[in-house]
Amino acid sequence: MEEFMLIFRHMDGQKVASPEQIQTWMKQTMDWVGGIAAQNKFVGGNGLQYENAKIVHHDKTVTNGPFGEIKETLGGYVIVKANSIDEAAEMAKGSPVLQGEGNTIEVRKLAKGDGVH
Amino acid sequence: MAQQELIPHLFRTEFRKITSVLCKHFGIAHIEIAEDIAGETFLSALENWSFKGIPDNPTAWLYAVAKNKAKNQLSRNKLFSEKISPHLKQATPVYSETEFDLSDKNISDSQLQMLFAVCHPSLSTEAQIGLALRILCGFGIEEIATALLTNKDTINKRLLRAKEKLRNENVPIEVPSKEEISKRLETVLLTLYLLFNEGYYSESNDEVLRKDVCLEAMRLTYLLIENDQTNPEVNALLSLMCFHASRFEARTGKRGELILYEDQDENLWNKELISKGALFLNQASQGSKISKYHLEANIAYWHTIKADTKEKWETILQFFNRLLQLEYSPIAALNRTYALSKTNGKQEAIIEAEKLQLTNNPYYFVLLGELYEEVDNKKSKEHFEKALALIKTNADKTVISKRISDLN
Repeated sequence: MEEFMLIFRHMDGQKVASPEQIQTWMKQTMDWVGGIAAQNKFVGGNGLQYENAKIVHHDKTVTNGPFGEIKETLGGYVIVKANSIDEAAEMAKGSPVLQGEGNTIEVRKLAKGDGVH
Repeated sequence: MAQQELIPHLFRTEFRKITSVLCKHFGIAHIEIAEDIAGETFLSALENWSFKGIPDNPTAWLYAVAKNKAKNQLSRNKLFSEKISPHLKQATPVYSETEFDLSDKNISDSQLQMLFAVCHPSLSTEAQIGLALRILCGFGIEEIATALLTNKDTINKRLLRAKEKLRNENVPIEVPSKEEISKRLETVLLTLYLLFNEGYYSESNDEVLRKDVCLEAMRLTYLLIENDQTNPEVNALLSLMCFHASRFEARTGKRGELILYEDQDENLWNKELISKGALFLNQASQGSKISKYHLEANIAYWHTIKADTKEKWETILQFFNRLLQLEYSPIAALNRTYALSKTNGKQEAIIEAEKLQLTNNPYYFVLLGELYEEVDNKKSKEHFEKALALIKTNADKTVISKRISDLN
């Protein structure tokens, strides 16, 4: 089995959700991840904090962001084990992140540390 | 207590103490000498007490005899100078002044040190459990064979190999240093956890023996708690054991048949063990690390509340979600899916269960049978029948057969 990273892209991280809504998403996320782990296909994952983020630019200037010009932001990632990228993509379909209109999950195979990739 | 009951009783409680203290004294290389002396001590008791009656203080008698035998052993065979001495660090041991300290303090210190020696990472888990039962719990070879569902020969060979390994590795009998303890503790806790499970889930018919295995695992875990170098994880493990053990009386019927959790009489649950479990769980919550024992103890705690509430199953589900991320096991995956059916409904749980594909595991089909019940009784029955074909123990067979006949 190969490892794949599911990267959550939120269309608009500034949208404020109600505490009840957040709680529902929390449960859905935990159940989704728990379901992957129950298949012994969970490797790791984390959420990314929205507040107090910085962007370091090409000229090494540092700005607050990423929420200046672009609205889209990374929300977090989960690494899964799967036999193919299609299977990993199928797993991603269960994530509640996709309930937000415009949100996407990018599925990428992890390069192995074998010096070739 | 009459003599025929007293000696086995003392054997169980004192053999391990004498062995630990002597073994610590002689060094791990001579673990068999320690066992032999402890064994001979009980033989002497059997011979002597039959003629002279039981002494006023049988334990003190045993200790005195063990001490003498140990001293004789040292001088008589010149063993000390020829065999032990080269292995000892001290250059000039004076055996005539050797004092064997069988005080409570030294007994519990020695047992704790032996626990770390027996759970040495160089040994396989099987060997650790076998040795723990023999050296730390004072089980006879036959008892170990019964508890582990194998024969005396296998156990004898296993123990011999394990002792040889300890000898070759020259494993020190000590509590590891502060720096090393957390790493070593991991193996010790896992062995104790497996030792408990061996008793709790064993397919052996000897109910008393199985209970003893569990109680011994709890006693050894408590020994660790008394050592203040150990950590919250130990409390979490003991908490888990208490919660499980609280259902001992309730989970088997009069004819030894298995009574499922749902059908248990909660009046038979041991309230004292439940409240002890809660106490240890409370102590386990110090510190920031959440181990698998913490998660399992919490799950076990919620099982001590019989009422089928949404809150109960939601909490259990989330603990299982976390447990599986920390460490996968098929049994956790199955239980998690069962909890999911209680919170999110059977339809969703069926979809999740089908993904597990644990097709060699009879309990996978028990779960599917359970989930399909009332949703699709034909499928439910098919799954229970698959489970029946895979299951090994008679107790489980009876339970599943009943489920099938209930569906007809």
